[in-house]
Parts: sequence; structure tokens; C-alpha cells
Amino acid sequence: MAKKPVQFHLNGEEKAAFVDDGQNLLELLRRGVGDLTPKYGCGQGTCGACTVMIDGKPHLSCITLAETVGGRKVETVGGLGHAGGLHPLQEAFMRNFAAQCGYCTPGMLMAAKALLDRNPRPTREEVVEAISGNICRCTGYEAIINSVLEAAGGQGAMAGRG
Amino acid sequence: MPVQVETHARLDDAVRACAQSANARFFGGGTLLMRAVNEGDQSFDRIIRCSDPVLREIRMDGNAISIGAGVTMLEVMENRDTAFLAPVARIVGGPAVRSAATIGGNLYADLPYGEMTTALLALGATIRFAGDAQGVSIDDFLRDRASRRNRVVQSISIPRVGDAANFRFVKVTRVKPKGAALMSIAAYLNRSSGSGGIRVAYGNMGPMPVRALAVERALEGASLDERGIARALEVATEGLEPPTDAFASSWYRREVAPVHLKRLLLGSGRA
Repeated sequence: MAKKPVQFHLNGEEKAAFVDDGQNLLELLRRGVGDLTPKYGCGQGTCGACTVMIDGKPHLSCITLAETVGGRKVETVGGLGHAGGLHPLQEAFMRNFAAQCGYCTPGMLMAAKALLDRNPRPTREEVVEAISGNICRCTGYEAIINSVLEAAGGQGAMAGRG
Repeated sequence: MPVQVETHARLDDAVRACAQSANARFFGGGTLLMRAVNEGDQSFDRIIRCSDPVLREIRMDGNAISIGAGVTMLEVMENRDTAFLAPVARIVGGPAVRSAATIGGNLYADLPYGEMTTALLALGATIRFAGDAQGVSIDDFLRDRASRRNRVVQSISIPRVGDAANFRFVKVTRVKPKGAALMSIAAYLNRSSGSGGIRVAYGNMGPMPVRALAVERALEGASLDERGIARALEVATEGLEPPTDAFASSWYRREVAPVHLKRLLLGSGRA
């Protein structure tokens, strides 16, 4: 079966690759263009480990048809930090020990970034909702929620939110 | 068996492509279909996509709202005309699912999913297939859903709900904020339209969303207070055969259905 060419923007860089019919975006990212930051978890869109952003919105790359990202902007955790340092979300995750085994962390960070890009001052409830599609079996979520709130507004702001 | 993906710019081309093969599946947002692809589902070998913007339209059509089948749950939440459905769209998966999952795809979701379809059933939606101006009632659509899998839904038409309080919905789940529903209940209480204005539907109380006809009859002309809804609660599960699955037994569903129905009808918001 003929492969299809796909061109897209990955973390601000133009990428081009060939995809198979039915191939999902997670495979394209990991095997096609070598971005290993989104993780394969369930392959069913249930765990959220593969969460990326497409045109500013969170998507589950394991159930996104690869060819649908042609011409679109894809963001992964690979593009979060810069040479000068980590993204505030990553720093907050480190400070709050929000990663234990770390497998869910790339998806959690992208789900959180999608929230903060749209809503820079979320409530605790909004943070819980934003990561509701992401499963973590280590932390009990509290450290992750606190990290997102901290990244959004600092400790003072975090304490003042219900 | 490798799967072949075709993308069509025009809806009628996509419809023709679907009609040519019993093994074709129409691609909505992919949240159901790509799972099947990843699992190696052998029941289809062609995926038909369509980029026609008509599938993404939300427009007013007289006293109805026409929602393109390709409209996502996120778009349902963000559109002013469909904002009353936001409480339903919001409980479909997490944000990443809602960015992709479509209202048309939800019509084909198997248990334990399909909460939007439960809401559409309560609203008395009309399902319009591409190339078919008339459409079918959602009751008829669900009755014959399995045989319609390779037909292309173009839009779903629902009534304009003037007073948002006339439409009520609850998803009952053991895990909050996200968890598979052990039951959902939707009610359209259009009491000003006279007989037939009340529709109540359950999700996950049968193999697919189902109307609670005995409840509807009991609510005709009744006031929405403890006394007025008492008869409806007595017949809350009449005619239903709730399933036993990993989330709840049939017995449990029968026991708790009147509790959640009561909270929904009284608007106590505790469910």
C-alpha cells in the first residue's frame, strides 16, 4: 500500500514524513520523526500518556489519524523546555515531586499546558477537569494539581483557590 | 488486513465511497474508530474521511438547531446556540477526547459510552443522512442502528430549548470527574407544548439509550414536586432491562434509578 506524505509543524519546526494508511499520530511522532516524548500507554485513548496539542488543543495522539495533522501545529513535551531552562510547569512539577515513575508526566504536562494557554488563572476544579483524561497510578494527583496551580500563579495564588 | 484511508472533499463523494463497500467505516473524530484500528479490528478495511465544511456547521433552522455530524464536543460546549448541551458534552471523556469526538460519532458509541445520544433521544432529535432531506427520528435510528453503520449522518436536528431549565441531564458514575457512566438520565420537560412534550431517556440501562416511556406518561400534567413525581419514580425502570457489567449489577441500577431520577426532576443537583 502506498505511503502518504505528511507535512506539519512540530514544536515550531517543519517536519515531513511518510505515513501508512491507518497509522496513528503517536507512531508518526515516535517512529517517523523521532520525538520520543509522548508515551504509548493504552492505545485506546484512555490513559492520556500520549497527549499532545494540535493547533492549541489537547489531543490523544494514539487515536489521532496521522494524516490528519497535515499543515497543522503539533506540540509535545519535547518542545516545552528551551535551551535557557525548563517551562514553568516542568519546574513546578519538579518542585512538588509531581512525577514518580514519570510515565504519565508528558501527557499531564501537555494537558496542563493546554489549560494554561487558554485559562492562565484556573481554579483547582478547572485543573482537576483539565487532567481528568490523564491517569497517574503513582502520585494520587494532588502533587500534579498543586504544580499546575503553582505554575499558573505562584504559591500565594494557589493557597487562595478553592 | 491493512486498512485503506480515503479522504473526500465533498460529502456526496464520501457517501458514494461508503455505499460501495459494506466493509467501509465513516471517520468522525476517530476516538472510536482509531481504537478499533489500533486493536486490529478486522470488521472493516476502508476508512472514509470527509473534509466538507457542511459537516461542521451549527445553524438555526426555524425552531430547530441543526448540528453537523462532524461538530466536536468541544464545539458543542463553545457554541452559544448549543450551550445548553454543554453539561452533556463536558462529561464525554477528558478535554483531549472532546477536541476530537464528534456528535455524529457518538450516535454509534457502544456501552458504556454514548451519553450525548441519550440527551439527543430525550430531545427527540431528527437524524439526517447525507442525501436524505427527510431524516429519521432518533428513536427509529437507534432501533435500526446496526444496519446503518455505513450510512453517513450529515446532521442532527434538535429543538431550540427556550428555557435551559427544561433540559436536564445527569451522568451517574463512581469516579469523578471522569468515569464511565453506570447510568445517565436526560429529560426534556417542555410542559408548555402540551401532550407529548415530556421525554425522558436513560443511558446504560439497556443495550443502547432508551426512553423511559412509563416515566413520561406519569409526568404528563404532573407538577415537578415530591408529590407530583411520585408515580414517575414508582415506574422509573418499568419496561427496562438494565445490564449487569463491571460498573454495576442490573439490581443496583434498578435500585438507584429512582433516586437519581428524583434528584434530576426536582433539580436538587445532587446526582
